[in-house]
Amino acid sequence: MTASMSQSLAQMVQTDYEIGDYQSSIAPRWCTGCGDTAILTAMQRLCRDEQLPPEKTVCVSGIGCASRLPHYMNAYGFHGIHGRALPIAEGIKIRRPDMSVFVTTGDGDCCSIGAAHWLHAVRYNMNMTMLLHDNNVYGLTKKQASPTSPKGLSTNTTPTGASLNPLNPLTVTLGIANVSFVAQVVDWIPELLYEVLQKAYHHKGFSFIRILQRCPNFMDHHFDAWMQDPARTRILTHGDGLRLRPEMSRVYKNQETHDPRDMARALALAAMPDEVPVGILYSNPDVPCYDELRAGERPSTPALVETVLNEEFDKVGIWPAEEEA
Amino acid sequence: MTSESTQVLEKPSEAGPGKSRPAEVIQEHIVEIVSDSGEGAQRCGQSLASISARMGMGIWTVEIIPAEIQPPKRSVAGASGNRVRMAAGPVTNIGDKADLVVAFNEQVLLSRLRAGEVKPGATILMENAWEHDRDASIATAYLKVCAEVREQGYKLIEVPMEAECQKFVPDPRKGKNMFVLGMLCAIYSLDHDKAQAQVRYIFAKKDQRIINANIELLDAGREWAEANLDLAYKIPAPPVAEKQVVMNGNAALALGTVASGMEVCAMYPITPATSASHYLSSIFEKVGCVVHQAEDEISACAFAIGSSYAGKCAVTITSGPGLSLKQEAIGLAVMSEIPLVVINVQRGGPSTGLPTKVEQGDLMSAMFGTHGDAPKVVMAVSSIEDCFHSVITARKIAETFNMVVVILSDAALATAQQPFKRPEFRSDWLAPPVNQSAVPDHARPYDWDERTGIATRFIPGQPNGMHCLTGLAHDRDSHVAYDPQINEEGLLNRSRKLAAFQKTLRLEPVHGGDEGELLLLGWGSTRGAIQEAVGRLRAEGHKVSSQHLQFLQPMASGIDEVMKRFDRVMTIENNWNDPVSDPLIDNDNRRYSHLAMLLRSRWLVDVDCWGNARGQPLKPSEIHDAALAKLNLARGDAQ
Repeated sequence: MTASMSQSLAQMVQTDYEIGDYQSSIAPRWCTGCGDTAILTAMQRLCRDEQLPPEKTVCVSGIGCASRLPHYMNAYGFHGIHGRALPIAEGIKIRRPDMSVFVTTGDGDCCSIGAAHWLHAVRYNMNMTMLLHDNNVYGLTKKQASPTSPKGLSTNTTPTGASLNPLNPLTVTLGIANVSFVAQVVDWIPELLYEVLQKAYHHKGFSFIRILQRCPNFMDHHFDAWMQDPARTRILTHGDGLRLRPEMSRVYKNQETHDPRDMARALALAAMPDEVPVGILYSNPDVPCYDELRAGERPSTPALVETVLNEEFDKVGIWPAEEEA
Repeated sequence: MTSESTQVLEKPSEAGPGKSRPAEVIQEHIVEIVSDSGEGAQRCGQSLASISARMGMGIWTVEIIPAEIQPPKRSVAGASGNRVRMAAGPVTNIGDKADLVVAFNEQVLLSRLRAGEVKPGATILMENAWEHDRDASIATAYLKVCAEVREQGYKLIEVPMEAECQKFVPDPRKGKNMFVLGMLCAIYSLDHDKAQAQVRYIFAKKDQRIINANIELLDAGREWAEANLDLAYKIPAPPVAEKQVVMNGNAALALGTVASGMEVCAMYPITPATSASHYLSSIFEKVGCVVHQAEDEISACAFAIGSSYAGKCAVTITSGPGLSLKQEAIGLAVMSEIPLVVINVQRGGPSTGLPTKVEQGDLMSAMFGTHGDAPKVVMAVSSIEDCFHSVITARKIAETFNMVVVILSDAALATAQQPFKRPEFRSDWLAPPVNQSAVPDHARPYDWDERTGIATRFIPGQPNGMHCLTGLAHDRDSHVAYDPQINEEGLLNRSRKLAAFQKTLRLEPVHGGDEGELLLLGWGSTRGAIQEAVGRLRAEGHKVSSQHLQFLQPMASGIDEVMKRFDRVMTIENNWNDPVSDPLIDNDNRRYSHLAMLLRSRWLVDVDCWGNARGQPLKPSEIHDAALAKLNLARGDAQ
C-alpha cells in the first residue's frame, strides 16, 4: 500500500505531460482536410490521458501517407519500409515489454504489400495497438487502386474502373486464429475514434483498429453518404465496450448492443453491405500473447551464457588423455 | 599431404587390435560410408570421426545428402552417408578422393563412383545379401556392378553384413551401421573403449537393452573384420593435448550466437542455414533468449531490425534466396544505422539452384545486393572454429559502427565437422546492457563524428532521445531532408564508417613464401583446400603461395603489395567464371569469379580466377592441378 502510494506520488511529480509534449517540432504535412490529422490528435490525446512517458512510447509505420504519423509525434518513431511496420514493431516488443508500441499503417501498406505480416501479427497477438488508416486508395503514390478500393473506382491504374471487389479488412482480421481485438471507427467522429483507441490501448494483446479515413485529394466526397446519413452508421455499444453520451445518441440513433465476445455477430456486422459499424466488434483478452509466451523464464546473464556454453561444449568435448574419465 | 606420397609400408611396431596382424602405418585416409536414407550411414560416419578425433587424429567430415527426405531405396540419387577424412595431423578440408568405401548396396556405391569421388584402386566393402535377393533383378544388378567394379580395378570385398547382424538382432537393417562401425574400428586400429563409449553416448537416451545390443553389434563387426579381413591400418596420431570440441559449422554459428550476447535470432526455414537455427532453438531459451520463426524472410529481417533498434542487437540467419528477400530491409538498417548481423549459409544459385550443395555465389549480392549505396561489412568464415568466433566479432562490429555485418558461410562448412580448441568463455564477448540513460540536451540522433562517421545511437527508453528514425534521407536530427547536400552528408558518413573500420583491419600473413611465381587468393570455406594445394606445390618446388581474406568488404590494406610480389595472381573460388576455352568467351566478355572481379577493379591488377560451381567443395588436387596449369602456361610449356 505504502509502496504503491509513493509510486503514484512519484508519478504525479514526474509526469504531468501535456498534449504539447507529444507534438514533434515538425508540422504535419498532410493535405488540408486529411483524416490522418484526427487520428494524430487522438493518439496525442491518448498519450496525454494515459501519461505515457514519450521515451517509453514507440510509433512504428511503413510507407504511405498514414506512415508519416511517427514524424509528428514526440516519441520514439520508426518510419520503416513499405509493408513491414508490423514485424519491426514485433521485434521491438519481443525484448522490450516496457515500451508502449503503436503501429500506423494504410490500406496499401497493410492489406497489400504487408498482408502476410498483418495475418501473422494478429496470430502472434503481441501487446500493441495497430491503426489501419483506410482511405480506400493509394495517396502518396498519387491515386492507384488499393485492395480496399470499391469496385468501379477510377484511378490511374484502373482508368476504366477497379475490376475487383474490395477486400474487407474486418472480416479478414476476424477470421484469423488468435484474433483478440477488432474495432472500426471513422475519422469524422473523433470522440468515438478516441474512445475506441483508448479501449484498444488497454486491451491485453494485439488491438486492430480500422479507421475509415478521408482523402480529400483523391477520394473527395467518398464517404459523404455515410457522413451525411447517420442512419448508415451503426454504433456498437456494450457495458464492456463503447458507451455513448446522450448528445451522441441523439445523432446516431442506429445503435446495437453488441457483446464483443460474440464472434458470430461480429462477423455479421463486419460484413454488412451498406452500413458502417463503429465500435468494438470483437474483444477477447484471454488469447495468449506471443511476447509473453516467448518472454523466457529468466533474464540472460553472463553466468547463464557461460554455463550453457560449457554444457554444450561438454557434449561434444574431447579431453586430453589424462583428463578423460 | 597426399595419401600417395605419404603412405609408407612399415613393419608394424605395435600389434593390431586383438590379433597380431600387421597394421600398415599411414598418414591419412578418406573413408566413405553410404547407404539408403535412414540406414544409419551418417551416424556411423560421425561416430567413426568422433572416435578418431578422441584418439588425437585430425578429422574432417561431410555429409552425403540426398535431395529428398525419402528418396527411393537402392537408387543412385538416394545415396546418403558420410565422408570422413582421418589423418595423423590437423585436417582443414575434405581432401581428394576416397580410399575406402563401405556401401550398403551397389546403387549407392555407383552414385559415388559416378561422381568421381572414389580413388582408382580403392577398397570397397559391400553388403553381399543382395546376391541372393528374392527379386532376381536385384541380384542381377548387384552381380553386374560387382563385376564392373572388379574390372575397373577396385578392391572389392563382399561382406555378409546382414547375415552377421542377424545373429544379434531380429532386424539387421537396424544396427547394421554399428556392425560397420566395429569393422572400421578394426580396420583403422581404433581404441576399443573409446568406440564403446561413443556407442553409449549416441544411444544415451535409449534403454540399456538397446545400448547393449548396439555394443554387441559393434564388437561383432570388429571381430568379423579381425577374423576375415586382410586389411589393417594405423594412423599414428599424437594423443590429444588440449581440450577440444568437435561440431559442424552450423552448430558453431549457433553457439557463436549464444556467446555473442545477442538475445534474438529471427529466421525463416531455408536449406542449408536452418540447422543452425534448429540447434539454437534447443539452447537459446536456456539463456533467456528467443529464436523467432517469422512468417517469411523479409519479416525475419525486419523483426531483427526492430529488436536491434530497441537495443537488443539481433541476428537473422538465412541462405541465398533469403538474402535476396531481405535486401530491402538490410538497406533500411544501413540507412538508419541500426546494427544487424546477417548470416548467409550459401548454397548453389541462382533461384532455387542447388539447395543442399555448396557454392560461394553470394559475395556480390552480399556486398551490392541492396539498391542505392549501402555500405556494410561482409566477412567470410573459413573453418568451423571461425564460425564460432565470427559471430562474436560480427556483433561487436555491428554495435560499434551501427552497421550491418554479413557473415558468409556455406553448405560445405554447414555440415562439415572438425575438432577445434575449446573456447574459453569471456564476458567481454557479450553485449553491454542497453543504455537507458538520459540523452544530453541538444544532442542529435545523427551527430556524425567527422573522424569516423559514427553517430551515437539513441535507444528507445532513453529520456530526451525521442526522434523519428526513417529510411528516407535525413539530417542530423533525423528529419526527412531532400536537400542534395544533406543527402550526401549521410552518404559520406555511412561510407566513412566503413573506411574507419577498414583502418582496424590487418591482413593475415601469406601462406607459403612472401614472393614467387603465383599467388592464389581465396575467401571462405576453401581456405584449407587452397593451403593444402599450396603445400603440395611448394613440396614439388613451385613458388606458389596463398592469401586468404576474412573481410571482403572492406578489404584490409596491403593486398596490392602482396600481389605485386608475385608474377601472377589467381583467385580460387567455388563459384562460376566463364571458361576461356569457350569459343564465345574472350577478354571483352569473360565474367570473372566474384573476388577476382573485386580485386581487378580495386587494384587494377590482372587477376585471373579458377574455380567451379559443381556443388562440391573444391579439392586440393583440383586446385593443385589448376595452379600448375597456370604456371605451365605462363612458363610457355606445351600442355
